[in-house]
Amino acid sequence: MMDHFQFPEIKKAPSRFRNALGKYRVTITRACTNCGLCVELCPYGVYQAGSKRPKASCDHLCIGPSCSKNDFYCVDRCPEKAIHIRSNPTFEVLGDRRWPAELLAGTWHMAETGAIPHQDLNYKTGNSGGGFDKIRFVFPGKNGTGKTGTNDDISTAIELNRSGDSRPRITIPVPLYLGGMSFGSVSIVTMLSRVRAAVALNTFCCTGEGGYPEELMDYDDHIITQVATGLFGVREETIKRVRIVEFKYAQGAKPGLGGHLLGDKVTPRVAQMREAVAGSALFSPFPFHSVYSVEDHKKHVDWIKETNRKALVSVKVSTPTDVDMVVVGSYYAGAHIVQLDGSYGGTGAAPDIAKKNIAMPIEYALPKVHKFLLEEGIRDKITIIASGGIRSAYDMAKIIAMGADGVCLGTADLVALECIRCHHCESGRGCARGIATTDEELTGLMELEWGTQRIINMYSTWRAQLVNILKRLGMGSVTELVGRFDVLAHMDYIKEEEIEGELD
Amino acid sequence: MPPKYHIATSQSPNRFQKITRSGIIAWEEGCLKCARCVKKDCVYQVYEKRNLDNRQMLDSLDSVCMDCFRCVQNCPNRLIHKGLNPSYKVLGDHYWTPEIISNLWFQAESGRIPVSGAGYGGPFSGPGFDAMWTDMSEIVRPTRDGIHGREYISTTVDIGRKVVALELGPDGDITSSAPPLVEIPLPVIFDMLPWSPPGDNIPLSFLYGARALGTFAIVRQSGLNPVIREFLPHAIIYVDGNPDDLGAQLLGSVRIIEIPNGEDAITLQNRFKSINPELIVIIRLRLGSKTPEQALALTAQGAEALHCVADEYGLEEGSDPLFIKERMKEVHLHLVDKGVRDQITLIGGGGVAMAEHMAKLIICGADALTIDIPLLVAMECRVCRRCKEGITCPVELDSVDPLWGSVRITNLMAGWHSQLLEILGAMGIREVRRLRGEMGRAMFFEDLERETFSAMGKRG
Repeated sequence: MMDHFQFPEIKKAPSRFRNALGKYRVTITRACTNCGLCVELCPYGVYQAGSKRPKASCDHLCIGPSCSKNDFYCVDRCPEKAIHIRSNPTFEVLGDRRWPAELLAGTWHMAETGAIPHQDLNYKTGNSGGGFDKIRFVFPGKNGTGKTGTNDDISTAIELNRSGDSRPRITIPVPLYLGGMSFGSVSIVTMLSRVRAAVALNTFCCTGEGGYPEELMDYDDHIITQVATGLFGVREETIKRVRIVEFKYAQGAKPGLGGHLLGDKVTPRVAQMREAVAGSALFSPFPFHSVYSVEDHKKHVDWIKETNRKALVSVKVSTPTDVDMVVVGSYYAGAHIVQLDGSYGGTGAAPDIAKKNIAMPIEYALPKVHKFLLEEGIRDKITIIASGGIRSAYDMAKIIAMGADGVCLGTADLVALECIRCHHCESGRGCARGIATTDEELTGLMELEWGTQRIINMYSTWRAQLVNILKRLGMGSVTELVGRFDVLAHMDYIKEEEIEGELD
Repeated sequence: MPPKYHIATSQSPNRFQKITRSGIIAWEEGCLKCARCVKKDCVYQVYEKRNLDNRQMLDSLDSVCMDCFRCVQNCPNRLIHKGLNPSYKVLGDHYWTPEIISNLWFQAESGRIPVSGAGYGGPFSGPGFDAMWTDMSEIVRPTRDGIHGREYISTTVDIGRKVVALELGPDGDITSSAPPLVEIPLPVIFDMLPWSPPGDNIPLSFLYGARALGTFAIVRQSGLNPVIREFLPHAIIYVDGNPDDLGAQLLGSVRIIEIPNGEDAITLQNRFKSINPELIVIIRLRLGSKTPEQALALTAQGAEALHCVADEYGLEEGSDPLFIKERMKEVHLHLVDKGVRDQITLIGGGGVAMAEHMAKLIICGADALTIDIPLLVAMECRVCRRCKEGITCPVELDSVDPLWGSVRITNLMAGWHSQLLEILGAMGIREVRRLRGEMGRAMFFEDLERETFSAMGKRG
């Protein structure tokens, strides 16, 4: 286990836009005499000095009217009563049920500061009305009577090769890696930001199926390269470069449908990488037309193992009703890792009907698989990674308690980069915020150092939250949490007052 | 192999400005109309599309904005704000939600299916159709690719009584006679509307659309007039008057007729069929707790097709109504249990609002289904129900051009057809007939919750 890994440094990475979005709006009227008291008072850095009057340029850091109990409350202390704090009307429009405005803003805060939000933002759950959003941890005793000792005593590391074969044992110090997003679906800056953050956290980042841009080659040891049905940019040379190769059988957001990159996003560089024609839409059909049995699947796995004798093989599958059988099939075919991608996962483009209706959410699939593998006596021989709808450190911890070894993330990274979830990443020039685009002008909206640091900051905060959860549960490592249903409660099945301990 | 069913679509612009979720941008006082303003740099060229003068910047943008927030976040003086569109919030009701209505508008305008990025943003599950997920095939089962044309997936269904097995005489001759069947290329029939503005233009739009698609629209006997009579090959006459008034000539020219359920339904069916043996008779019955038994009895008496109708919210009649999907499952399984399911056509209707409902209702046991309100929405209806009160329609549906209406309806059905192919393809099913009753490969919220979470909350 990686007990002595030095986690990367947190550095401030404020919003790249002039006006960050927050829950509250602070305004200063013309009555202000520019005495500067508010700048001096506010411990959250909401104000900056200005020539005529201070600017509330960081009002997304303001804690709102609840600050009135503090003696530094600017509204009360302002001698001219020139400061007003009110809810930000724009906040109402942000986000959706899975990623409400508070979760978005909370995640942005973590990415900016590397700390848990100090504002009254719900950064733990969304508002979807089910699944993770109705599950809570039950911590023993008020404020936990959990583990004593320092946070350094708690391990968040996981093993990726549990098969006992002769291939390398790879340990990552955090129970997460970053999922496949292809060059074409996202910009090279986004791609590199994610990879560099993965390097800093000593974990992995998947290329997705769109080729292996040369900019990534410096980071080979932290890259998972993907083999999907289109085989875009897949070569023996790329398979040999990496320590983990991933077969993508299905994607949670569009299971059974394959991949699709619209023509507008197929720029000359993307086309070159994929050995395709610029401007033409690219399909990655479903399924592998050479795989109609577990035996065929095994041949695939054997092909990779033969091509790269040191690589681990991961298989990414979706969540049909017989997902347990699919995972067992992958185990017997020789996969080291199975990534279960639930139906509410992210995507660059998918029919809405598929995103909403096909296959089951990860909250159902994972327990089903975990239980089945236990019954088969093979649970400890394979690493199960959950993805598709994990939005927060709490979601991550909950799905581990439901049976995953770790998680794979994508959308959360993009939110760290200030994705606003406008759901237009499939369109025209792609993303107006320069994240999921291949347009040169839009790609230039984001700087690599900034993007890398935002992702590092966010996942460092997630790790800190996970350590806190483990500590409160009296656990010394994240591996102890795997499959511990007993530390969870579903709010539809138990009344709050019936629970001994603290719900969180 | 039959020729591939293809629905031709064409862009059909709205007559009225559509209502979007947000996009209302309010400029506070103090805008300097500076040259660097991001409003001019909008990635989506909102200003150009709306023909607004970017030097004046006076108008609020309410329909073209894509909610990227760049203008809000980059305005030098933080003067731009967005808000939820109040008109959007009041669209429809709890069932016919603004999301569904705007989704239908998009399809009717473009003929395309809604595609978006960034994963699903809606609730975890919900009542009714939102409490089930459909299956998909993975690794060891073949999928089908109908949507990109690489494989043929049939969406054809048959309406009518079916012969379960051929009967042979002592000399080997076939002695059983095959009852008439009507084939429709899409498992959808257009139903009568629960409410609508008056006039012939709306039913004519339905009939034009039904003809273009090769399906049928149900029209009331009381609404028949010479213009509508021109569409008899694509009309299902619903008998809401004296059956004798229909006349032998009319009965000879229609292919399907629908009659209300009643004590004499089978007698009436037989009377019609004695006049035109090729006629298919559908018996319409209000869905309720007695439907499974009614369906069994009618099947035993020789009914050909049953149309089980819920209300516009998908609810059956009664004080504690079940949702249509639950009762259709029961009806289907009851007939399966009695060994007669394959003899009869079951059509469900009521509360079908989206393409996914079509697939889900078929999985729950329907052969085909009827739709009503979505067709009005295709023509820009806002589900305000003012017409029900006799108040003027805000989008003037009564004066709609039937040809324009039929294009919008055709576009909508093209979108639904493509989405049905997506579901069938993902499940590895080659024809929609095979989807009927495939409940074992669907996933139901209640079952999954029970299996996964029911033990989770218990302590001690």
